[in-house]
Amino acid sequence: MSDVMTAPRAKVEEKLFQNRYLVDAGRPHIKVRPHTTPSASLLSMVTLCPAGCYSKSESGQVEVAADGCLECGTCRIVTRKTGEVEWNYPRGGFGVLYKFG
Amino acid sequence: MGEFSKPFDAIVVGAGPSGNAAAYTMAKEGLNVLQIERGEYAGSKNVQGAILYADALEKIIPEFRDEAPLERHVIEQRMWTMDDKSHTGMHYRSDDFNEEKPNRYTILRAQFDKWFSSKVKEAGALVLYETTVTELVKDLSGKVIGVRTDRQGAPIMANVVVLAEGVNGLVGQRSGLRNEVAPESVALAVKEMHFLPRETIEARFNLTGNEGVVIEAMGTITKGMTGTGFLYTNEESISVGIGCIVSDFAESDSSPNELLEAFKNHPSIKPLLEGSECKEYAAHLIPEGGYKAIPQLTGPGWIVVGDAGQFVNAVHREGSNLAMTTGRIAAETVVSLTRKREEMTAANLAEYEKRLGQTFVMKDLKKYKGIPDLLHKNKGNFFGTYPKLISQAMQTWFRVDGIDKVSKEKAIFRNFRETRTLWGMMGDAFRVVRAWR
Repeated sequence: MSDVMTAPRAKVEEKLFQNRYLVDAGRPHIKVRPHTTPSASLLSMVTLCPAGCYSKSESGQVEVAADGCLECGTCRIVTRKTGEVEWNYPRGGFGVLYKFG
Repeated sequence: MGEFSKPFDAIVVGAGPSGNAAAYTMAKEGLNVLQIERGEYAGSKNVQGAILYADALEKIIPEFRDEAPLERHVIEQRMWTMDDKSHTGMHYRSDDFNEEKPNRYTILRAQFDKWFSSKVKEAGALVLYETTVTELVKDLSGKVIGVRTDRQGAPIMANVVVLAEGVNGLVGQRSGLRNEVAPESVALAVKEMHFLPRETIEARFNLTGNEGVVIEAMGTITKGMTGTGFLYTNEESISVGIGCIVSDFAESDSSPNELLEAFKNHPSIKPLLEGSECKEYAAHLIPEGGYKAIPQLTGPGWIVVGDAGQFVNAVHREGSNLAMTTGRIAAETVVSLTRKREEMTAANLAEYEKRLGQTFVMKDLKKYKGIPDLLHKNKGNFFGTYPKLISQAMQTWFRVDGIDKVSKEKAIFRNFRETRTLWGMMGDAFRVVRAWR
């Protein structure tokens, strides 16, 4: 496994840099509802989001920055029961624009 | 959008393979069709491995090979079971696949969907891009009679709405036409596009001209989660990706990106990607719940096709062919009802399900209806224990080290017995046979 362990981890941010986006400035399509303690489901998104959009703040809340969102919908499905995430598709034409898909 | 004063014969939500198949089929038969797609162009929101199955498309556009953007026709399939350092492979390669009308092609979905969409327009449908359908409009009886979009204006009316909105289709789920997708019934897959000169790809994979190779892999690469990895050769690029069931991901501490990095750096994969340049990173959900996860498919004024209906055969990694076939058959049902001037009632549209039942789509999904549960309950064994045991057995068998073959055989069987127990293996065999037949 030495190969795997020592391989430099490609950061998600660097990967997203390869993608094309049309960001709908000021109108994020994903919002985390205000909370004091995140559920285990919401917390799991910090690791699970393939675009690394979720992070945990110093005071323990989960935040989302959806500019690099790949629009997979995983967070919507994972947090559906807790209702902590408000999820909509971006307005028509906005968001990720896959060149190859 | 007050300009659409007369109701359309049909509105299609989404321009992926199922929506395009439906819109094309209806428009070609003379129906007045509106298709609405949220992307800047068809394909801009769509992600797939991607393999195109000729048979399903041929039934819609027989001459597609002359004009569709195709990458390579598949002549070789490699099925791998992997542990951390090895793969044990079953490869099938045949010159028979170098036929006049090849059976499977690799494609790039953004380009393919754009082409398919151009055919839809040629057939006479009106296609609105950059428009997100936000909700369905119903009459007092609950019948769907149109849609609202994120553009200003009055709702757009139609006799029937074909929901080809994909696995994460919000319109149908929020309107209560079907249950919300469960984390156990979908896989999250991440994929990268790696570019290399075509000569390099051909030399590396032993290919000539437009021949292509497909690798499907399972094993410790998914760290005990239910999932698979894949690597497909395109003309001048390689699609490489990995996916696991979302509920497995949520219970683990694995990140999809790190899983993909580990797969790319596996000693069996790394040399295949050597020197390539990554130009895109994508993520998408794949419906994997199978037959039992198929939702209600029709109702008054609406009909569901493609991923939105969970039409994916996870065992055979088929989806786009099920999407195109369900889109076509839904369209044919609508065409025949329109010609007979019949209403788009739940009872009349149910003809779609009847017709689907006679195709490979329902027959295959029914055949494998037990597989998702089987894998879910035995993931540790199927995606960890067995791949490791197989690798160890292979290595014991092939390593020449002065130990006699009878002792080697005994060591191999002992390893299986002690790791998984005889009862365990018999149970697994029984469960696999029962789920497979």
